Amino acid sequence: MRSMNILGTWTLFQRESKRFMRVKMQTIVAPALTAVLYLIVFRYAMGERQVPGLDVNYFTFLIPGLMMMAMLQNAFANTSSSMIMGKIMNTHVFLMMAPISPIEAMIAFLSAAVLRALVVGSVLLLVLLPFSDLHITHVWMILFYGVCGSLIMGALGLIAGMWSKTFDDMSMVTNFVIMPLTFLSGVFYSVTQLPPIWQALNAWNPFFYLIDGFRHGFIATGDSDPVRAVGMVVVVTLSSVTLAWYLWRIGWKLKD
Amino acid sequence: MTALNIQNLSKVYENGKQALQDVSLCVPEGAFFALLGPNGAGKSTLINILADTVRASSGSVQLLGHDLLMERAWGKRHLGVVPQEIAFDPFFSPREILHFTRGMYGQSRDEVWVDALLERLELAEHANKITRQLSGGMKRRLLVAQALVHRPKVVILDEPTAGVDVELRKRLWDFIRELNAEGTTILLTTHYLEEAQELCNQVAIINQGRLIASQSMQSLLGDVASSSLCFRYEQAVELSESQEQALQAFAPRVCDGVLCLNLQHQGQHSNFDAAYQATRQCLGAPLDTYMRQENLEDVFLRLTHKDTA
Repeated sequence: MRSMNILGTWTLFQRESKRFMRVKMQTIVAPALTAVLYLIVFRYAMGERQVPGLDVNYFTFLIPGLMMMAMLQNAFANTSSSMIMGKIMNTHVFLMMAPISPIEAMIAFLSAAVLRALVVGSVLLLVLLPFSDLHITHVWMILFYGVCGSLIMGALGLIAGMWSKTFDDMSMVTNFVIMPLTFLSGVFYSVTQLPPIWQALNAWNPFFYLIDGFRHGFIATGDSDPVRAVGMVVVVTLSSVTLAWYLWRIGWKLKD
Repeated sequence: MTALNIQNLSKVYENGKQALQDVSLCVPEGAFFALLGPNGAGKSTLINILADTVRASSGSVQLLGHDLLMERAWGKRHLGVVPQEIAFDPFFSPREILHFTRGMYGQSRDEVWVDALLERLELAEHANKITRQLSGGMKRRLLVAQALVHRPKVVILDEPTAGVDVELRKRLWDFIRELNAEGTTILLTTHYLEEAQELCNQVAIINQGRLIASQSMQSLLGDVASSSLCFRYEQAVELSESQEQALQAFAPRVCDGVLCLNLQHQGQHSNFDAAYQATRQCLGAPLDTYMRQENLEDVFLRLTHKDTA
């Protein structure tokens, strides 16, 4: 049995991390600015209103949701952009030719996606914290949902990157799947405000549990059952990572 | 020992196109091996199977005695491949790319070797530029450096000199020749047949997915190459259908207005006289007549043309 290519995995992780650090304005500064703009708009639109059903100021409610949304989108962007660029620029052949196993590739790509999400999340927290009285109540929830959400989105980014043939295909996935899913999963509202049918549908939406659980880590309350939320997130994380690993292993849309 | 032993390798793409049909080929260790074929013959498919970017439909490949298709990780560490298409990561410099490539092969940093590669491939002064600032020829040389940075025992070069100017090409070949002299096995595909003839000691020709020749360069040129008898007339030759039929036995062809006929040798004798008389009867007395020995390009064209016909 072959031993693990630890140096190869570490190098691939470094490559994938350095890539997003090379374009900091686009990957870190831009999401922070977008979040600040959202906050300014909602601050003036909503004033000091409370979130119905939760004893929380709307502004404080919004910040963790925006952080998580940015983290999810950036984790997806890190793997998906690397894959689609590799395919368009033909650099993915170097990855195929290197002695990096599918498990090693998953570790490297997903670790870099998690790192980018955590960097973006931390920057947003630092930028937004002065505007609110937000404080951390359950670190484990923040880390659990933050890391699992980034793993899920990193894995989905890999799958979308393998599937896409053009930037347009990728843009379709980003704008028609990822954006709506992250926007409509309780970032801007409590699900108790939704009609019953949407509440029932949301019970099967993993992004809702990710955002709600992450927010719970800050505001100490949430809309979901914590046990169901942890179970759902663990299952979806394992499924999405396993699917990405399997598709990589068979060379889906990568090898003729 | 055999560096590459390919047995009954076939590839049928999903669209039904058969790119390789039962190709069997041996590349001896230490050889400078030319793999030739017209466009679409299957050379790149064969190389891509070796590089693990295309799956084989059937067949086996041994690399230095190991089953390449089963022991991929081992094989990849000992194989360096220069892909045909230019590919570069626009975020990084050549030096960074070489460090990343070496690291992905599980090898620790080796500044001395990276510097040597950059120097020999004339990329040293561009080593810290972002790759998108490099010219096409530089990007191609960077691909060569990437294939060599983990010091593989077998190197596959898929048209590495396309777009590289003559002087640089010569220096690149000097470097590859040195590596070969040090024991690295080289498998080369190129459309510059003069280069292949000069550099390689072994040659294989692939056409329409099938292997049509595989032997030493010397024996291919000695056994298969023949001499031609060429006729120049006042005006450029254009053969009518009846003239072509009359000269059919000599495989007539017109190159730059000059008629060339194949001569066949049997011991000390050839059919020189028959070819000369037949041409005189068809086209009259020529202005000039001369003999020409076939080179690799002539053999290649003749073999691939015959095979296609």
